[in-house]
Amino acid sequence: MADLTQAGAVARPLTRPRKRIRWNRIVDHAVLITGSLFMVFPVFMVLTTISFEDVDIVQKGLQIGLEGRMAENFHDAMFEASGFTKTITGTRMLMNSLILGFGFAIGKIVISMMAAYAIVYFRLRFATFAFWIIFTTLLLPLEVRILPSYEAIQSLGLANTYTGLIVPLIASATGTFFFRQFFRSIPEELVEAARIDGAGPVKFFIDILVPLSRTMIAAIFIIMFVYGWNQYLWPTLITTDEGMFTLVRGIKQIVQVLSQTGAKIPEYGKALALSMIAMIPPVLIVIFFQSWFVKGLTESDK
Amino acid sequence: MAQVTLNHVRKTYPNGHEAVQPCSVEIPDGELVVLVGPSGCGKSTLLRMIAGLEDITEGELRIGADVVNDKDPADRNIAMVFQNYALYPHMTVAKNMGYGLKNRGASKAEIEAKVQEAARILNLGDYLDRRPSQLSGGQRQRVAMGRAIVRDPELFLFDEPLSNLDAKLRNQMRIEIRSLQQRLGVTAVYVTHDQVEAMTMADRIIVLNAGRIEQIGTPTEIYEHPASTFVAGFMGAPPMNLLRADIAGGRLQLSSQTLLPVPAPQLATDSVLVGFRPEDVRLGGDGSAVLEVQIIEELGAVRLLHGHLGDQPFSVSIGKDEHATVGAQIITLPQDRVHFFHPDRGTRI
Repeated sequence: MADLTQAGAVARPLTRPRKRIRWNRIVDHAVLITGSLFMVFPVFMVLTTISFEDVDIVQKGLQIGLEGRMAENFHDAMFEASGFTKTITGTRMLMNSLILGFGFAIGKIVISMMAAYAIVYFRLRFATFAFWIIFTTLLLPLEVRILPSYEAIQSLGLANTYTGLIVPLIASATGTFFFRQFFRSIPEELVEAARIDGAGPVKFFIDILVPLSRTMIAAIFIIMFVYGWNQYLWPTLITTDEGMFTLVRGIKQIVQVLSQTGAKIPEYGKALALSMIAMIPPVLIVIFFQSWFVKGLTESDK
Repeated sequence: MAQVTLNHVRKTYPNGHEAVQPCSVEIPDGELVVLVGPSGCGKSTLLRMIAGLEDITEGELRIGADVVNDKDPADRNIAMVFQNYALYPHMTVAKNMGYGLKNRGASKAEIEAKVQEAARILNLGDYLDRRPSQLSGGQRQRVAMGRAIVRDPELFLFDEPLSNLDAKLRNQMRIEIRSLQQRLGVTAVYVTHDQVEAMTMADRIIVLNAGRIEQIGTPTEIYEHPASTFVAGFMGAPPMNLLRADIAGGRLQLSSQTLLPVPAPQLATDSVLVGFRPEDVRLGGDGSAVLEVQIIEELGAVRLLHGHLGDQPFSVSIGKDEHATVGAQIITLPQDRVHFFHPDRGTRI
């Protein structure tokens, strides 16, 4: 866009001696800036509010300005044991959330890549049928089948374990579908060349398919990590032990537990600090993998 | 290095389509055989059966002394060059070439030495660390060749390897492939739809049509003695002129006015297909044959006259020094270089 208008201006320097105001760009930027403000302002308000005393927050709500409790609140949020049993700290919840996020994203990618590999590259009986069966699970997200899932996990004795937390979430078709479409776009000759080069199914998968899919993997990893990280309902249901709490559900618990006891003012500053911390890992993941993603797209390997 | 034997090899697809009718060929050691034919004639299927990428429905395929029908492509000791090169996009040139060796458990030093050797032969030394996407079409083609030769296969298979290149590069690579194959002395099967490639590269040509072998022979045999009207029409550009003529009293009558100046063959039918190569026809003569020229094509070295001879389409190729104009043009048909084909079956008589 910018290059085009500039090229035009250079080509006709005499008819347009003065630099034109590029309304297009101004409008573009105005829209972008407004949008960003909309997104960033609440976060900014939360951040400033953290520096206030809990009493002020309860009385006056979110605040703009800077008081002295910022460091203290963050410190408490991360390291002070809280909750009903006084065993869970922010670091512990952060770790649980990371385990859930990474476990879910990696597990999902591994499972769905292998499923797609089987469906696309092997002449299986009922392969198409199997694919559509897998596909229909898109219509059955965890929230729909939450009671049977809970029942199953509970009776397997997997409640309050990472396995119980992660595995039921993995079972859905999105990744399989993306990888299937991607694998089908890989030229047939590549498979044949690999066969002649003596690469068996496992070697072909690891040496050729996985490296070729890395941009796909990055993209799906971003989506899945954030999805896993933001899970609320399932962790609430399956983790009753406070040591297993994730950040997203732990924040609520802090506010709730304290207000129920009624002895103290709810520690809103601490809860808000935790919610800020909860935002950081997904943002980092997106920033980190985005550069990969763009690199992969521009290299146009295939 | 090996001799390849096809014994009544046949391919029928599950839907009943017979892609390759039973065919038997023997390819001696070190020979380059070109499979040529129009799209859908089964030439690629035949090649892929030799490669092991396609199952053989019936018949027996031997590479060397072994029957390889049920062997994996990797165990047939072959190398294949694909039309779109099929290079691994995420690997460097060196890794691309060495991948097959690595899978066979060759040592790092051995792979390195073989890759260097292949790169030297193919002038790829400066590109070993590049990715395929950073190479030109011709260079990619060379890498594909390199991947084939590092393994010292017994048999090279080429599946239209030059059709993605521009005309100039194609001519150059044609010569390179041919000289490389001769230098290495490896048996090769080469699939193309381009009759020029077939003529120039082959020791022997196999012409396929609708899944059937029409003719097997050296380029000269194929050109000078086409076994059928299909071969006559397919090999040679422009193709051979085929005229339908009536046999009347031992003479060949093209139309009410035109008699062909050649004696009619002994035949049970009352008509025959007569073939003349465009370059065998001369300008001038006694006026017994008059070509109605409609279009003149200038090709530089030669000039093509397209028109009608006794209401049937006819083309003549003349040298660049000869002169011709649109309209009636007296020509002389050759007496000796005449091809006769059966009017119904199209087979050579």
